[in-house]
Amino acid sequence: MKQLYFLFLLSFIPIGIFGQNNLMDLLNENTPAETNYTTATFKSTRIMNGHSIEKMPAGQLDVRISHRFGTINSGAYEFFGLDQANMHLSLEYGIFNWLMVGVGRGNYEKTFDGFAKFTLLRQSSGVKEMPVSLSVLSSVAVKSLKWPDPTRINYFSSRLSYVGQVLIARKFNQSFSFQLTPSYVHRNLVATEMDPNDLLAVGAGGRMKLTKRLSLNAEYFYLANPKSYMSQQVYNPLSLGIDLETGGHVFQFIFTNSLAMIEKGFIGETTSSWLKGGIHFGFNISRVFTLQKH
Amino acid sequence: MKRLSVLYFLLSVVVAVNGQKYMTKNGYIGFLSHTTMEDIKGDNNQVAGVLDISTGDLVFQALIKSFHFDRALMEEHFNENYMESDKFPKSSFKGRIVNPSPVDFSKPGTYEVTVVGDLTIHGATNKISTKGTIVIAAGEITATSKFNINPEDYKINIPGVVREKINKNLEVTVAMKYAPVENK
Repeated sequence: MKQLYFLFLLSFIPIGIFGQNNLMDLLNENTPAETNYTTATFKSTRIMNGHSIEKMPAGQLDVRISHRFGTINSGAYEFFGLDQANMHLSLEYGIFNWLMVGVGRGNYEKTFDGFAKFTLLRQSSGVKEMPVSLSVLSSVAVKSLKWPDPTRINYFSSRLSYVGQVLIARKFNQSFSFQLTPSYVHRNLVATEMDPNDLLAVGAGGRMKLTKRLSLNAEYFYLANPKSYMSQQVYNPLSLGIDLETGGHVFQFIFTNSLAMIEKGFIGETTSSWLKGGIHFGFNISRVFTLQKH
Repeated sequence: MKRLSVLYFLLSVVVAVNGQKYMTKNGYIGFLSHTTMEDIKGDNNQVAGVLDISTGDLVFQALIKSFHFDRALMEEHFNENYMESDKFPKSSFKGRIVNPSPVDFSKPGTYEVTVVGDLTIHGATNKISTKGTIVIAAGEITATSKFNINPEDYKINIPGVVREKINKNLEVTVAMKYAPVENK
């Protein structure tokens, strides 16, 4: 009888001790499993030159100022390229959380450009499992240089070029993210008959976070068209750099062999080579403003 | 045998009392960092909590990614740079009302209570003690509290460049509206 009594007594004790843990269990049983969407695969909407999977959330405006200087091998007279500055300005805005648009102007061929980036898939774990994020980018560029030969019939459409890209990215862990970017470029008018109107390329880019606010980035585009037949020697663009985030700004410092900062330019018209010292130093500055509060 | 039956009786009472639990899945926890440079405010309306009125035990749990901010960039930085929400997806509190005796859970009214317990944020746990208010109404219990925490106590690193923009004392507001849990 006494033993039984003790047994009963014992059975009460855990209730007192584990009361709060039991409540926690009750809570966990009653909270449905959720889907955890991956955020911040990259710090900025660009990996280096090319677009990343990231987009501006709805109501956020990104003001971007980018520079690429002349090539480092241009020597001391050109102050290793810093005497020549090629720039690109753009305003980019999130209309919905899945749609971002932007307009820009660069002095590379005096080009106006516009793009739309659609988010189709978001990497997630939990209830919904999705291994990658996927976005589609569509852009158009209008060259506004004076016609080289005003005596011939020049069509406005000859100024246009189009780019379509599929961005497929995965954040492998907190520090490492990787993206593949199959790309298609169409140029309405090319320099000579030897140059293809359509270009196919695939980009690969990644980032490795060094600290919470600093990451090492690299990006490469492989141009599939045979380059040897083109009227001028083009190279595959390779860019290396860092992202530095300071509150509302992201600074991207970059070494690249391409001068242009729009897809059409750096994918198809990169004319300097890393191996020959044709490296441009440059930077992108991104400043985000909240126009519409959440 | 008589004693045994008394024990059985007692046991059944304990079980019954133990079943008096109140729960919410959409409680509120918000925090505010006020400085002359910037106000940073995060709100989470999906906090889950349970209150056991027989013991005064209470727990709650909040998903870090469910804190929302006016500015999307703040939300990203909150998750990425400060809370590391991939590593520490949840914050929780396990505690109890230390003076439940004046609270008559069966009678509508407003009661002042003191709550102590372990608050876990960013993987670090600290004991906290705070005053709170419990309002009993028909079929529901509302519990509210306001207290201050220091991010450094929870190993949340704030770099020098943004030091002036983030107050060392974050004001945390908790507001939970519990409904009774049906016994299974």
